[in-house]
Amino acid sequence: MDFSHLVVIAVSSIFINNFVLGRFLGICPFIGVSKKLESAVGMGMAVIFVMTLASIATYTVQKFILDPFGIQYLQTIAFILVIASLVQFIEMFMKKNMPSLYSALGIFLPLITTNCAVLGVAILNIDSSWADGTRYNFIESAWNGFTGGVGFTVALVLMAGIRERLELADLPESLKGLPIAFITSALIAMAFLGFSGMSIM
Amino acid sequence: MSVMKNLTKGFFKENPVLVLALGLCPSLAVTTSIENGIGMGLAATAVLIGSSTIISFLKKFIPESIRIPIFIVIIATFVTMIDLTLQAFIPALSKSLGLFIPLIVVNCIILGRAEAYASKNSVFSSMIDALGMGIGFTIALVLISSVREFAGTGSLFGYPLFQLMGIEGFQGSIMMILPPGGFLTMGLILGFMQWNKLRKKAKEGGR
Repeated sequence: MDFSHLVVIAVSSIFINNFVLGRFLGICPFIGVSKKLESAVGMGMAVIFVMTLASIATYTVQKFILDPFGIQYLQTIAFILVIASLVQFIEMFMKKNMPSLYSALGIFLPLITTNCAVLGVAILNIDSSWADGTRYNFIESAWNGFTGGVGFTVALVLMAGIRERLELADLPESLKGLPIAFITSALIAMAFLGFSGMSIM
Repeated sequence: MSVMKNLTKGFFKENPVLVLALGLCPSLAVTTSIENGIGMGLAATAVLIGSSTIISFLKKFIPESIRIPIFIVIIATFVTMIDLTLQAFIPALSKSLGLFIPLIVVNCIILGRAEAYASKNSVFSSMIDALGMGIGFTIALVLISSVREFAGTGSLFGYPLFQLMGIEGFQGSIMMILPPGGFLTMGLILGFMQWNKLRKKAKEGGR
């Protein structure tokens, strides 16, 4: 276990390869749930939570079921089933044991199953490797899921803050709504492009 | 609805990307060149036709309460088939689309058509609907990728247009190939669509 690896993963998945702005994962919720700051924060927290648990669960499935039996080609089916049931399970568990958290995050959970960032991070955890060819281990995968979620939240909250102000701006009629949201994200992505000079991999 | 109308509604009027704003991740991520755009569009179309047909066949046997997981498993099966086929026969395309082939599973267009159309309509009309939506998705991808490829590298389909016309020293804007260009192109195309819609509305209102 190398502590520096964790730092590299964190910087990489929050800034350099931000899941939304650098890798184009999770665009649908990024555009859909970024109208209000409050719901953006809620969605971000739910995504962090699910991405961390999904990384843990899919890594375990890969290492103890798919790899030993040599059935890696079933990865897509296995992962999406694990994620869908995990989200369902979290929803039921939260409803029963953490009603206050459920009322804050509950409405976002069903949306997360079809968030490509979650399946994306699960596959990236298995596919990515370090310079010396070693794969991510269990802790690095979980950490990658967590920081990926943080990166998603950073992008979502930035976007929501800007869109709340855009509501009051005097825009051309034809740019209102989705078009200006995309142009705004282009500008944010451009700013994040500045991080790409920062290479530590 | 006539078969022709059912087929063509997905092209422009109900275009999944440009009008319904579904399937945004792949339409921004893989549209760095027209080749990738067409490859992604056709892969998604194949999955869409396969899954819509099967789901429409099985609609009487799928219990209401667990329909979403069943849809996802059916879709994932087709995605795996396409993934393995591409790896075997077109490895270059498979490599450049990379992560976004398995991610066809969570493309909202496919689940959306399964839920909104295939689970309620006959097998034949579901196939036609899937084909139309798939072509519409491909049209949108080609549109976005041609803008990005042209502005980013000055070429179309990999042919350097400016060099062919004898203009030397054209330098594309690399930013259009990078993520910001994807967002910008998408925003401008959607803005154009909205402008067109408003213009039509104003014309009708003035009559």
